[in-house]
Amino acid sequence: MSQFLWIIIALPLASAVFLHFAGRRIGEPRAGYLATLSVAGSFALALGAALPFFQGESHGVTVNIWEWMPAIGAALEINWDPLAALMTLIITGVGALIHLYAIGYMHGEARFTRFFVYLNLFVASMLTLVLAGNFAMLFMGWELVGLCSFLLISFWSTRPSANAAGKKAFVVNRIGDFGFLVGLMLIFATFSTLSYAGIFERAEEVLSPGMATAIGLLILIGAAGKSAQIPLYVWLPDAMEGPTPVSALIHAATMVTAGVYVIARSAVIFEISPIAGPIVATVGAATALWAATIALAQKDIKRVLAYSTISQLGYMFLAVGAAGHVAGVFHLMTHAFFKALLFLGAGSVIHGMADEQNMEKMGGLRKAMPITAVTMLIGTIAISGIPPLAGFWSKDEILGVAFSRGGWFWVLWIVGLVTALITAFYMTRQFVLVFLGEPRWTEGVHPHESPRTMTLPLIALAGLSIVGGLLNTPFRTALEHFLEPSFELVALTHPPEGLGMFVLLAGLSTLAGLAGAGAAFLTYNRPAELWGRFEAAFGRTWTLWSEGYRVDDLYWATLVKPGLRAAEAAAFRFDTPIIDGAVNGAGRLVRAAASKGRGLQTGMVRSYGALFAAGTVAVIGWIIWRGA
Amino acid sequence: MLTALILLPAIGAVLIALVPGRRRELFLPLGVTMSIGPLALAAFVFTSFVTGEPGFQMVEREVWYEPWGLSWYLGIDGISLPLVALTALLVPIVLAASTAITHRLKEFVMYTLLLEAGLIGVFLALDLFLFFVFFEAILIPMYFIIGIWGGERRIYAAIKFFLYTAFGSALMLAAIIGLAVLSSRQTGVPSFAYTDLLDVSLNPTTARWLFGAFALAFAIKVPMFPLHTWLPDAHVEAPTAGSVLLAAVLLKLGTYGLVRFNLGLFPQASVDFVPVMAVLAVIGIVYGAVVAIVQPDLKKLVAYSSVSHLGFIVLGTFALTSGGLVGGLVQNINHGITTGALFLLVGMIYDRRHTKKIADFGGLAQVMPIFAGLFLFTTFASIGLPGLNGFIGEFMVLIGSFPSLPIYTIIAASGVVLAAIYLLWAYERAFTGVPDKPENQALLDLNLREKLVLAPLVILMLLLGLYPKVLLDRVQPSAEAILDRIEATTNYVVPEPGRLEHVLLMEEGE
Amino acid sequence: MSLVVTSGWYMTLAAVLFALGALGILIRRNALVMFMCIELMLNAVNLTFVAAGRALGNLDGQLAVFFVLVVAAAEVVVGLAIIVAIFRRRQSASVDELSELAG
Repeated sequence: MSQFLWIIIALPLASAVFLHFAGRRIGEPRAGYLATLSVAGSFALALGAALPFFQGESHGVTVNIWEWMPAIGAALEINWDPLAALMTLIITGVGALIHLYAIGYMHGEARFTRFFVYLNLFVASMLTLVLAGNFAMLFMGWELVGLCSFLLISFWSTRPSANAAGKKAFVVNRIGDFGFLVGLMLIFATFSTLSYAGIFERAEEVLSPGMATAIGLLILIGAAGKSAQIPLYVWLPDAMEGPTPVSALIHAATMVTAGVYVIARSAVIFEISPIAGPIVATVGAATALWAATIALAQKDIKRVLAYSTISQLGYMFLAVGAAGHVAGVFHLMTHAFFKALLFLGAGSVIHGMADEQNMEKMGGLRKAMPITAVTMLIGTIAISGIPPLAGFWSKDEILGVAFSRGGWFWVLWIVGLVTALITAFYMTRQFVLVFLGEPRWTEGVHPHESPRTMTLPLIALAGLSIVGGLLNTPFRTALEHFLEPSFELVALTHPPEGLGMFVLLAGLSTLAGLAGAGAAFLTYNRPAELWGRFEAAFGRTWTLWSEGYRVDDLYWATLVKPGLRAAEAAAFRFDTPIIDGAVNGAGRLVRAAASKGRGLQTGMVRSYGALFAAGTVAVIGWIIWRGA
Repeated sequence: MLTALILLPAIGAVLIALVPGRRRELFLPLGVTMSIGPLALAAFVFTSFVTGEPGFQMVEREVWYEPWGLSWYLGIDGISLPLVALTALLVPIVLAASTAITHRLKEFVMYTLLLEAGLIGVFLALDLFLFFVFFEAILIPMYFIIGIWGGERRIYAAIKFFLYTAFGSALMLAAIIGLAVLSSRQTGVPSFAYTDLLDVSLNPTTARWLFGAFALAFAIKVPMFPLHTWLPDAHVEAPTAGSVLLAAVLLKLGTYGLVRFNLGLFPQASVDFVPVMAVLAVIGIVYGAVVAIVQPDLKKLVAYSSVSHLGFIVLGTFALTSGGLVGGLVQNINHGITTGALFLLVGMIYDRRHTKKIADFGGLAQVMPIFAGLFLFTTFASIGLPGLNGFIGEFMVLIGSFPSLPIYTIIAASGVVLAAIYLLWAYERAFTGVPDKPENQALLDLNLREKLVLAPLVILMLLLGLYPKVLLDRVQPSAEAILDRIEATTNYVVPEPGRLEHVLLMEEGE
Repeated sequence: MSLVVTSGWYMTLAAVLFALGALGILIRRNALVMFMCIELMLNAVNLTFVAAGRALGNLDGQLAVFFVLVVAAAEVVVGLAIIVAIFRRRQSASVDELSELAG
């Protein structure tokens, strides 16, 4: 079985290549179905290959495909362990649903097949990332998903904003990659290999705490870029320029969780360092709160979800930073379900509203789009952390992990609790603004429910959002049991033991969720003037939130603009006038000297001859004189 | 066989000369045909090369002028093999891409073939005098290619290129002769052969001077900061074929020379000069990238990006580690392929629009989707996207250099970010958006010939990105032999990865 | 008394011929005549080669003469062609008028 694992990656890749060359001939819906099938096929294969893990019979294998860069111990090899298997199942499962959805969403698009080429390529890249058996191959997947993200964000390439967003995403990610790359250098310099097996098993004996901290923080920089954490999160809101299925697949469910995955994967390194983990957790908690406040004041339906994603990723960082890797991965999974659901629901709304994204121009859509409304409601409850839906269990486990670490983590726990309240508030605000109340549509918009290919994935994801949380409850730790082999080298943090503690903590977080949701419902389920007044009451704070704390302006003023100035100065005030000037100056100097000497060349052959003869006589004379 | 590899293109040039000048339509097809021969032979040499063998293979040696110890001495090893193959591959490609040339076509084809003979010769020559002859002989056809078929300021660019290189090589000639004289004094037998000159014992001062003379000649060729300003001018003015060969092969002469002669002949001086070379390399990486960001001209942008990319090669070379050196040598080839392809692509759009200014384009992806797709593909190969070829060399250089030059390597890694900025920004401005200029709206996408021209390079980008073993197996033994020699003749120790703390402490101690 | 022709005689003759040629170059204006003067000088040198070779008793001198002859022949071909070309164009072979390349 294991020697066929590469097919999991190869299937979507082959589909991408095939559609690239033959897609147009196959035609619109069929290309989409083929792409969907290839991902579903990978899912089925992965499920089959994961069976031994379910039965607890295997700890994982590493399969070599072929040599890649032997000088630095990097082959193309697949590492199939429970963590990789779980990620694969999430990616291909949610991915297949989103592919299916995209068939309806991208209907009539001129570059329909191209879209599926990129989408398939993305799935293959993401699988490369999670299935890699060494850091070099992981880095390959890491960069390739960045490429696909770039291609898909700027898919509508006639829109300048889409192109700018795509480029921004890639460049900001590259800044993170710079950190990651330096981290890899340190790893190689310490272990003289990049393969997981060679690193994690020897880490305890080879790695000093200082070096572990350095590596951990560098990995954090890379993870912060990919998973949109402070200070590198700025690309994700802009990434919403891409088609909505892209936002759901890449910028909610899978790619952005790569940072969480890589930290969980390097758990051993983080464990050795005393401070790398807490720093990761702090960055995560800070990002969670920061992005949640921004999400409060967004008008664009997708931007709410984008900031919400950043915030939820912050939770995952909090979890893995606190060494609650199972909790982090658990939230990663449930988040993939409900956030993909919310994005797809938002896409369905946008689709039905003729590309309207402003929530102030929606309202009352529950009648026109019943399926979307119900599924979105499920997603909203799930993310708000209200039991017994998925988000409750995973978020609660994260908060429990933070709580049981104690000390500084109590502060982070409180931050997480506050964020839970805000999350419930803005998500309910969104739901109410879109689906309840009176219609505020612009003239000529006739909302309608989306086609079956789009509602089917919504229903499936809604189902997962309801039951997905039951995989790992304090009463039944199936997921933890499943993932155990991947974390056998680390000591995991668990939520506090005992039913009493659970009820206390869960009660608090449920309370926070209910409070937020209730407040938002009471505020926004009223005529627009009234909640408009509510928002106005916040004054400039609300404006600051709605503008995302003007971080983009700050970066522009402190980094981009001075950077451009410096580049221009280097090119036009230094390179051309000074360096090249010196070169040309040397040339001019020679010319000037030559023009003084040119008078000697009279053009009179006989005078040359005379000089020549005189010279000869002089030389001969000198030889004779010297000889004498 | 190696002699044939040099002579075939030269014979081709002579045969072309015999064709009457009025049969213009024949020249390009004939030129391509003539260059297929060397390509086939190079492919044969590449496959019959014994991998895992560090030394020179297929050696040929004939006495040329005995009293001075000159000989026609050719051989190939893992360092020169890929470069020879690359040269042989690119010449048919650039000829097939040169349909825009109408003026004095016959001479153009002849010069290109002569250039090929010279380039192959320079990589094969094992006699330093012969090397020098080829090194200089290359300048002549290149000078004419830029000077006759170039852009508006072609004469300026051609002379600048010629004089700059000739200046460096004059010093190199002095060093070659000096080295040979020392050798004949010590052994009593005059010789310019590389294998003999390896054994010359030099006092440290002499070695440093000789190293300096060689390094200057090669640094100009690479080009390393601050000797790089001839490159943008030469690239901007040169016709497509000239730019491609210049970037893909001529620049590699510099890095090849640094490895073969500087590291090979002067181990101790190489170790002594590491700080200087590394600093210049890192400055080149960052500076070239920064300057590339704001270039208004596509060719100039790619030229500065070459300065940056070649900085990685020099850094890897002087890191004096296996990963760095092998990575650098692999990057030689990969940079040749991607940058060659980029110049071909720029040439194709230039043929259509007669401009290379980024600001004159815009929205090209709408009218020329295939062209835009290939440009983006090559761009990402150049940025070093894993899975494509550019990544392998860069990654190996960075990972491999770190143990010996940690600080420099970290700074160099920032070049990875800058590369994304300048190339993607250029792509955004030229290709995305709506084609609002009327001149851009009716452009034709690539035709079959152009696709065929690019196809081999695109395939290689993928192949070498995913299966670099083809190159690594051949390069690595030769590269490691050079390092072994350095270790054997000096007290330098190649830093063992796994002892990084030790390395960092040493850095602080100094 | 018999007249013994020693190599000194040859040398003297060669020197005289050479001086004549050099003088011709310096005072004549006609390119063709100057050309002939060059030939005169070349052959003067040839004479010294042969004479010296004979005096020293080896063939090196004669060998050198062959080289000089070959070079001279090549030179005549090129040089005459240039002179004829110039004459055709300008109806004159006076070297003083040919000063386009003056600095």
